[in-house]
Amino acid sequence: MDLFLQQTLDGLATGAIYASLALAVVMIYQAIDHFNFAQGEMAMFSTFIAWQLIAWGMPFWLAFLLCLVLSFIGGMLIERIIFAPIHDAPVLSHIVVFIALTLIFNALAGFIWDFTIKEFPSPFPSQLPFETKLIGPHELGVVAITLVMLGMIYVFFKFTSVGLAMRAAAANPVSAALVGISVKKMLSLGWGLAATVGAVAGMLIAPKVYLEPNMMLGILLYGFAGAVVGGLTSPGGAVVGGFLMGVLENLAGTYVIGSELKLTFALVVIVTVLLFKPAGLFGRVVVQRV
Amino acid sequence: MKTTHLLTTVAAATLALGIGAVAAGNAPGVTDTEIKIGNTNPYSGPASSYSTIGKSIGACWNMVNANGGINGRKINWISYDDGYSPPKTKEQIRKLVESDGVAFTFQTLGTPTNSAVHAYMNKKKVPHLFVATGATKWGQPKKFPWTMGWQPNYQTVGAIFGNYILQNNPTSKVAILNQNDDYGKDYVIGMKRAMGDKFEQMVVKNETYEVTDPTIDSQIVSLAHSGADVFVNISIPKFAAQSIKKMAAIGWKPVHLLNDVAASIKSTYTPAGLENSKGIISVDFYKDPNDPEWANDSDTLAWKKFMKDFYPDGDIANKFNAYGWAVCHTMQAVLKQAGNDLSRENIMKQAASLKEVAIPMLLPGMFVDTSPTDFYPLEQMQMTKFNGTQSVRFGPLISAETE
Amino acid sequence: MASVDHQMSNPRANPADSYKLFGIQMPKVRMICLVAGLGVAIILPLLVTNFAVFQMTQVLVYAIAVLGLNLLTGYNGQFSLGHSAFYALGAYTAAILIDRYEVVFYWTIIPAGVVCFIGGFLFGLPALRLDGLYLALATFALAVATPQLLKYGHFEEFTGGVQGIDVFKPDSPIEALTADQYLYFFVLLCGVLLIIGAWNLVRGRTGRAMIAIRDNPIAAKTMGINTSLYKSMTFGVSGFYTGIAGALGAIVAEFVAPDSFTFFLSVWFLVGMVVGGLASIPAAIAGGVFILYMPNISEEVISIFFGNDPSAKALIWVTFGLFLIFTVYVVPNGLAGLVRLFIMKFARRPGE
Repeated sequence: MDLFLQQTLDGLATGAIYASLALAVVMIYQAIDHFNFAQGEMAMFSTFIAWQLIAWGMPFWLAFLLCLVLSFIGGMLIERIIFAPIHDAPVLSHIVVFIALTLIFNALAGFIWDFTIKEFPSPFPSQLPFETKLIGPHELGVVAITLVMLGMIYVFFKFTSVGLAMRAAAANPVSAALVGISVKKMLSLGWGLAATVGAVAGMLIAPKVYLEPNMMLGILLYGFAGAVVGGLTSPGGAVVGGFLMGVLENLAGTYVIGSELKLTFALVVIVTVLLFKPAGLFGRVVVQRV
Repeated sequence: MKTTHLLTTVAAATLALGIGAVAAGNAPGVTDTEIKIGNTNPYSGPASSYSTIGKSIGACWNMVNANGGINGRKINWISYDDGYSPPKTKEQIRKLVESDGVAFTFQTLGTPTNSAVHAYMNKKKVPHLFVATGATKWGQPKKFPWTMGWQPNYQTVGAIFGNYILQNNPTSKVAILNQNDDYGKDYVIGMKRAMGDKFEQMVVKNETYEVTDPTIDSQIVSLAHSGADVFVNISIPKFAAQSIKKMAAIGWKPVHLLNDVAASIKSTYTPAGLENSKGIISVDFYKDPNDPEWANDSDTLAWKKFMKDFYPDGDIANKFNAYGWAVCHTMQAVLKQAGNDLSRENIMKQAASLKEVAIPMLLPGMFVDTSPTDFYPLEQMQMTKFNGTQSVRFGPLISAETE
Repeated sequence: MASVDHQMSNPRANPADSYKLFGIQMPKVRMICLVAGLGVAIILPLLVTNFAVFQMTQVLVYAIAVLGLNLLTGYNGQFSLGHSAFYALGAYTAAILIDRYEVVFYWTIIPAGVVCFIGGFLFGLPALRLDGLYLALATFALAVATPQLLKYGHFEEFTGGVQGIDVFKPDSPIEALTADQYLYFFVLLCGVLLIIGAWNLVRGRTGRAMIAIRDNPIAAKTMGINTSLYKSMTFGVSGFYTGIAGALGAIVAEFVAPDSFTFFLSVWFLVGMVVGGLASIPAAIAGGVFILYMPNISEEVISIFFGNDPSAKALIWVTFGLFLIFTVYVVPNGLAGLVRLFIMKFARRPGE
């Protein structure tokens, strides 16, 4: 029972990592109706930027904020420069460009910063105010920040005019344009925000798994799985999905399949959910009009 | 393996024609002014963190050339990227041998990658020297007379751990974490060999991880809950650091035996927290340049000077760069010993007759030693215990001859 | 996908100028190109070094794999980032048959293809319900999980686990040919047969149905095309091709191991297909050439810019990435599209 509790709590902590990335995946999906296969590498690259700023002597929070700003601008630029010209191109072109970006960011990070692991500082205190062995301060911090981000995103999409405009632009670009929303601007904004959320995720993940160019591949798979389980149209769902993936992964690894098949487990979850509940647990069903 | 008979035939043929035959002039790629040496390394792709070995060796050759080369010959080091993909290795190695015409290959990196060219090199009778992997299969002079490893093989280290446990913790419960590949599994095989029947009795839990796994917290928790009081940790620095941190977080304090691959102050103990790493027992065969014990050691100072002059981009904290330096000196010893007879046969023969050659950066008292029947150049190691600032060596040099 | 405008036949071709080859009607120019190409493919390996022959063999292997992927994506509009899995399945089928059951290498090709056909068909069934991006995601997961599955302990007896399996290259039974040349001609024979097969497939009734599903699945359905069956079948056929490529690849490389079949292999196939050109059979060969030679060329180009700094070799993937983006922008139909464009310009002149 003790083991069960520990594994579950640990799963939640790892799940928070998946959840934060899943949130970024959903953000971009909301904005452009696509998955961004380069999301993980973009987050990794942002984290390296923050690391570099800290290494140059900048205080953590300043570097953190600056990194968010840079990521936001970077995301917008990627949309403007790379995706805007192929906006109407077939889906395959988009996937190809996502893959291309993945390769570019990964190799560039390796070239600039090397492939050895880097320590990334955790912004949270090293001691909890209360005594427990069950969950560490960084893990708790990650859970908290993920929930705060979720709250902010919820408020943004639900109550601000920009958020509403963004949703409208993604859901129905033609009608949105008719009511005076600049779909183009919304797309850039969406990319910028997704890159920012990704950067937060990267900076939360790095202290735990150590920063290196290849840190994201496995996490991205679980992040996708989390987003799919929760529903790609629901930020809240994605967070729940991420937590769920963390817990399920640990419990399945401990009690059922063993640690040898963990990635396969993510594959099975993705395929199963897509088959039987493609909208995920919390997503809305998208009706395709002919 | 049904292919064994084929292998033996190949090997027999190679033996008959190869070693022992009269040297028929210099190898391809050798001129009066140059020796061409081939290499593959994962400069791109997921295993790129190893590539600093290839880079430091390249820098080492630059230094050798700057000092006039070996017996008047400069080294032409051709190192290609294989991205750690075996088919690509095959292609690059064939390019090196058949198109670039190298005299031999040296320190090609990785177990699956070298496996892909193992038969080819022996069929072609090209020295496949000091491969950069600790698998056990590189030391089979009868079957594969043209292939030789360098570092103490993984099974040996596993056996050292097994023996240590039998001697010091004979009634303990043992938990093992290993990377799910040949490297991780070879250690476990070595432990089994040393512990015999005791292995099944004592090992209460064995977990594995994948290099692509995001974290290994779950594995550590399971191992801790197995009630084990000895933990054998066979992981690369990234996951070793994660596990040390996690163990501290959940308060699991077993006797911690960590494999040499991760026994590095800068790459593992510092990121994991020096305090958390206290008491970790490991083995090693070369000096960790970041260990205060070697701060004024002449080998280390020479190495640091080399790093500054020839590989300024290289990370002083990275032990792999010291590894590259040491193995490069082993190769130099072979070439010096071969003198002016640089036929492939003689290069291989000299590689197989290194008699107690001292190599910089090896632990005091250690030598490289080979013979025509012993293709394992390094077989000694010494145990260490980390005291929070340095890895203190204890006990004698352990020599675990591989059967 | 709609932008891929595939020409079913050249409307300008004068019937008197067209010929039939392997049951395929084609214009004179194309026929000449084809015969000349085949001639080069047969004669060239007799003139170059064994290493060059080995590289050409690999080109053919990759070309077959790219062709398999192209049948699925180019002609049928389904995505796959998971073709490394089928390639691995084919490679392991051949390697296990050769290693454990001592089957002669050429008898392993068809079984490998069949196993992958079944594998593809089965994966195609759930894939039916996924379109576009979702399929890309599912196959991405498949590709990432493949190496782990290949290592799985319970299959170790067959797969050799992490150690992989050694496969030995067949010796040439014909004295005039070296082992490399012999293997090359064998792969070439497989390649030619598969290309003829693909050609007939996409030009026929099945091909029209595949393309109709790609361009407008709903219309295709209303026209009475059994879209589910065709989609799964295409997945199966695509698997068949890629599996055969895998089997040949295992024999050419003489070794299989889980590390040979990572997600990056799928990326390679994708790159080959996109750069070569969608929905074009000759493009597959261009794709194969690209996959094999591009890394080497990049390595050279990088060394021009960065000298001998090995760290710069990490930039190889940056060049591929840029190449991909460039292709999507400038030549969205790939090299094949470019060639088609030239031919159309060239062919128009006499008529004016």
